[in-house]
Amino acid sequence: MTWTQMQPLLEQACIETLIMVGWSTLIAVAGGLPLGVLLVLTDRGGLLQNTLVSKVIGQIVNIGRSMPFIILMVALTSFTRWVTGTSIGSEAAIVPLAISGIPFFARLVETAVREVDHGLVEAVQSMGGNTWTIVRKVLVPEALPSLIASTTTTVIALIGYSAMAGAVGGGGLGDFAVRYGYQRFDSELMWITVAILAVVISVIQFAGDFAARSLHRRGGRSGPSPRLRLLRAKEPAGADVGKVA
Amino acid sequence: MPSTVTETHVITTSGLTKVYRSRGREVTALDGVDLHVREGEVYGVIGQSGAGKSSLIRCVNLLERPTSGTVTVAGQDLTALAGRGPRAGRELRQARSRIGMVFQHFNLLSSRTVQDNVELPLEILGTSGKERSRKALELLDLVGLADKAKAYPAQLSGGQKQRVGIARALAGDPKVLLSDEATSALDPETTRSILQLLRDLNRQLGLTVLLITHEMDVVKQICDSAALMDDGRIVESGTVSELLATPGSELASALFPVGGEATGDERTVLDITFHGESATQPVISQLSRTYNIDISILGAAIDTVGGLQVGRMRIELPGRYEDNVVPIGFLREQGLQIDVVNREQPALVKEGAK
Repeated sequence: MTWTQMQPLLEQACIETLIMVGWSTLIAVAGGLPLGVLLVLTDRGGLLQNTLVSKVIGQIVNIGRSMPFIILMVALTSFTRWVTGTSIGSEAAIVPLAISGIPFFARLVETAVREVDHGLVEAVQSMGGNTWTIVRKVLVPEALPSLIASTTTTVIALIGYSAMAGAVGGGGLGDFAVRYGYQRFDSELMWITVAILAVVISVIQFAGDFAARSLHRRGGRSGPSPRLRLLRAKEPAGADVGKVA
Repeated sequence: MPSTVTETHVITTSGLTKVYRSRGREVTALDGVDLHVREGEVYGVIGQSGAGKSSLIRCVNLLERPTSGTVTVAGQDLTALAGRGPRAGRELRQARSRIGMVFQHFNLLSSRTVQDNVELPLEILGTSGKERSRKALELLDLVGLADKAKAYPAQLSGGQKQRVGIARALAGDPKVLLSDEATSALDPETTRSILQLLRDLNRQLGLTVLLITHEMDVVKQICDSAALMDDGRIVESGTVSELLATPGSELASALFPVGGEATGDERTVLDITFHGESATQPVISQLSRTYNIDISILGAAIDTVGGLQVGRMRIELPGRYEDNVVPIGFLREQGLQIDVVNREQPALVKEGAK
């Protein structure tokens, strides 16, 4: 296949991937964030300790996480049809992608939120803050750098899953590589697709890391960049003494 | 500045008990604690780790729910507001917003600037944006950090962080400030400046401060009253001069440690405790002149607490106890508390002046 033949197909595939991954990420974040926070709050010793709710959510998340995506997609066919009115195409692929993304992101949120120092929660409690205030003003903002890193991981995982969306005619880059590259033995085309995917994933990872780090640096836990540190070393020794303590 | 202490009790706990249950085991952290903190005083609770100090201070604003007993702050029975279950009801949350709290590890939100951290309690109280920022800047000025309003906590030193913590704790105009080991993560120099700040706020705002600490120096530097905790109980409590007046008080001897052994046989070693008026009299030189005896001072710890000289001194008189009954009587007549340090007569060691 020549480049002129390839180009429109590739463009189409890129757009399909963008649509599938974009929407499913949005839904996964919207659904996974409250779920992950709820997992922390309802856990033993949590602010809304509730063993039953905690166990039920935990189980649902575990089942969602352990199900291979291709099986989930097939199992959800009738649900997908009910939601989108069709069970084939990019739109139809968004539903299983989002549903597998929610528990994935929820677990990452849980880990991120658990990292937040309990002392901060206690401080807001001592000011008379309620649980909702604690979630809004402490847990989410303080976990934000980790949450952004988790979102990056989720996006990349969903790009991987979206390759399987070809099974329901979802299209996208992965499916394109399989159909044209693998099944038609056009290895040149396959490698081009792989290269595009690699570039896309690198860009997403870089952007995510950058966003997380710049937030983190504001929080200052990672300290100044090496270059800044060199500049600072030239300050009089006394200027930094206070900052160590 | 004059002391603002009144006789009204602003924090009272009675029969406060806290039992932690985990995996079938029970640990009693508080075992019937009765605490009375007067309005406008700085009250220190001192004890080793595991003595129950942390549980005590957390029970005062009900961050920890006591197993039994009551907590009254500013006339309001908080334990009655507690409601059931682990969640705090609206009334309890409102009561908490009137009690400031500072923490050992500052507990500032790293995602917010210094000013936004101080504004947080005001956001919770529902204060308008303009008022919040006015109040926050005013408080930052009060703690000497007006120029750091836009900085992030990570850019501050430990002492500065604690100043922000204090400003934040004062945002809700509390009558009571709880300090949970506020200086334990700081170096001695910074500790002194933070304690001085707490002392100033206590005097300027009439703020009642309840602090817990494991450092005797903290009690010595700023406390009007102190309590010694051990194994979930309050072993001793009272104002610093009351404690000094208590024969055999562990707190008094820890606050004013005196050492020194007798230099030989045929010597009488006495511990003299000064408090109140007697401290201003030149008793030692009077004793020496009146009875024509040579007195050696083995050790002394004297401090000015609440404008009065208080402290202890260990002196040595020549001769055995029997030979010194008259001089000792003279000292007791001056209103001093005398403890005779003598292993052969342990019964006399705890004999008091009154």
